[in-house]
Amino acid sequence: MPPGEPVKVAERVWHIPVIRGEQGPVLVGLLPILFLAFFFLLPVARLLTLSIEGGTLAHFEKAVLGELYVRVFYDTFKIATTVTLVSLVLAYPVAYVLSTASPRWVLMGLVFLMLPFWTSILVRTYAWMILLGRNGVLNQILIGLGLVAEPIALLYNVSGVLIGMVHVLLPYMVFPIYSAMLRVDRDLLLAAEGLGASGWRVFWRVFLPLTLPGVIAGTALVFILSLGFYITPALLGGGRVIMIAVLIEQQVRQFLEWGFASALSILLLSGALLAFFALNRTGWRRAD
Amino acid sequence: MTGADVASLHGTAEAPQERVDKRSAAAPILLSLKGIAKTYGSVSALAGIDLDVPDGEIVTILGPSGSGKTTLLKIVAGFEMPDSGQVELAGRAITYMRPASRGIGMVFQNYALFPHMRVAENIAFPLEMRRLPRAETRDRVGRALALVGLAGYEARYPRQLSGGQQQRVALARAIVFEPRLLLLDEPFGALDRKLREHMQLEVKRLQRRLGVTALFVTHDQEEALVLSDRIAVMNRGSIEQIGPPAEVYSRPINRFVADFIGESNIYRGKVASSSGGMLTVMLPTGETFVARGASPRPVGAEVGLVLRPEAPTRLEAGDTADNVASGSIEDVVYVGDAIKYAIRLDAGGQMVLRWPFHRNVRPLGVGNTLRVGWPGDQLHVVDWK
Repeated sequence: MPPGEPVKVAERVWHIPVIRGEQGPVLVGLLPILFLAFFFLLPVARLLTLSIEGGTLAHFEKAVLGELYVRVFYDTFKIATTVTLVSLVLAYPVAYVLSTASPRWVLMGLVFLMLPFWTSILVRTYAWMILLGRNGVLNQILIGLGLVAEPIALLYNVSGVLIGMVHVLLPYMVFPIYSAMLRVDRDLLLAAEGLGASGWRVFWRVFLPLTLPGVIAGTALVFILSLGFYITPALLGGGRVIMIAVLIEQQVRQFLEWGFASALSILLLSGALLAFFALNRTGWRRAD
Repeated sequence: MTGADVASLHGTAEAPQERVDKRSAAAPILLSLKGIAKTYGSVSALAGIDLDVPDGEIVTILGPSGSGKTTLLKIVAGFEMPDSGQVELAGRAITYMRPASRGIGMVFQNYALFPHMRVAENIAFPLEMRRLPRAETRDRVGRALALVGLAGYEARYPRQLSGGQQQRVALARAIVFEPRLLLLDEPFGALDRKLREHMQLEVKRLQRRLGVTALFVTHDQEEALVLSDRIAVMNRGSIEQIGPPAEVYSRPINRFVADFIGESNIYRGKVASSSGGMLTVMLPTGETFVARGASPRPVGAEVGLVLRPEAPTRLEAGDTADNVASGSIEDVVYVGDAIKYAIRLDAGGQMVLRWPFHRNVRPLGVGNTLRVGWPGDQLHVVDWK
């Protein structure tokens, strides 16, 4: 050190409390775990006890054997599957366009995608009622263009429910796929092309398999959310499309059948968990 | 892929020896670039590149980042189209052909191995695209893996391999379909030094053995010197010089090349006299240096004098040489088998010396003065531009 230069004072060290060791992650995770235990596990446990009140499985028996209830479960799963498939078919190209677009277009696309999130679900649903009604905007356009002679029934049936649900759930499908696509190294596509693959084969052999984790995540999200949908089917279905959540609500509010409603809820939850684990397994196998 | 292409793939497999032999004679040109130009917006990336790659050689495109070397490689691969100019492979114009139809093997900077495919599937990919029978595919994949020393790794996934192994797989995948031309885009950049040197030699050995022609892009001049039959030095979208490594190293055509390849002392000066291949150049410091064997230049012309750091030798009192300089040592750096001295010259300016390291000779220390000299033919004259 040249003479005359002041001796450097020991640098100030800030002491940040750091939780070390194995208990660190546990401590950090404790709060959300407590939250979940209190607001999720506890109510579920309460539901479970309600459903087997009196020590009988009568409620479950009724749910599994009653033709009406089986029918509703079947419809619910069918609608959820359709919503998931339609969302997937719509979301994949949207995600692809977003993943290749310039930043300005990406921002715009994301805003449009997020718009439904920022709007109340009731407002969105009523907006669809205006659009899809017998004298709604869509029918007027179709008739005006001469594409149909009579107004087509889009409201208070399965089509209306599907349209409304897909609209709400589409972002849940787009985002996981979009983020999976962003992670795909573009050099892999060039490499495949250089090695002799046509555009289609680049897609099928390289791009699609690499974005599959996103597809599975989106599918799981949308399917499970669809299973429990309430407001959209209730309003756009007009009482003619009964999904399981609508049924549960009826049992509680109209018939005060808490036990039976709990049994239905437990069955719905089991179905959702089953679907989740099945998809998760596929995901893990792919990633292995 | 047409039947004829597949047939030619088989054909090349049977005659690697013959192709290697062609190297010594004037080899036919496999890849020819003619006036390739490309601009991005208003920025000119390539300004009329002409380059011939003889069959069976390794030609390196060497240049700093932003010199356009990667763009050029992409144009050869077909990932980019030039604004003008022509790419010819074996006499056929392929300028606008789809990459898939070109049948060129490429090793990417980050290898671009398909992460969802096992090693064997990765290597089989180009064969799968060419719809080769299953048995032959398995056969060829096995041979390619053996060639890069990775037999037994078929079932691994790329992420289960080390960097060097991934590179071998990328190499195997690029040669398994027996392309005539192999493109390598900075393939050793991600490897540590030792592994990099090893892989360079291995790639060279493999290239010789297969007789494949290779166009190789790097910014690492040492790598270029080791690997290449021919180096094309690129700068700002143009090729400055093409030639064998020794020629480019010892006779750089201009200041850029001299500066970029190897380490050089470059002195700016004006020609004081020029006669019979002997050039006397006066430096701003008032010193004069003599260069022999240089092409004649007008008196007063501004030139650069290139002196490689290993050229000057130490002079004892009474020794003489064409050129003499003296100074004091400012810095001493050990570089493995050699020692580098940074000299502050008495007349002004600096000189870097690089002398082999002898265990029984004590290296000079900082502050020591010394006199060095070098013959006129060690001073290479380039234009000062």
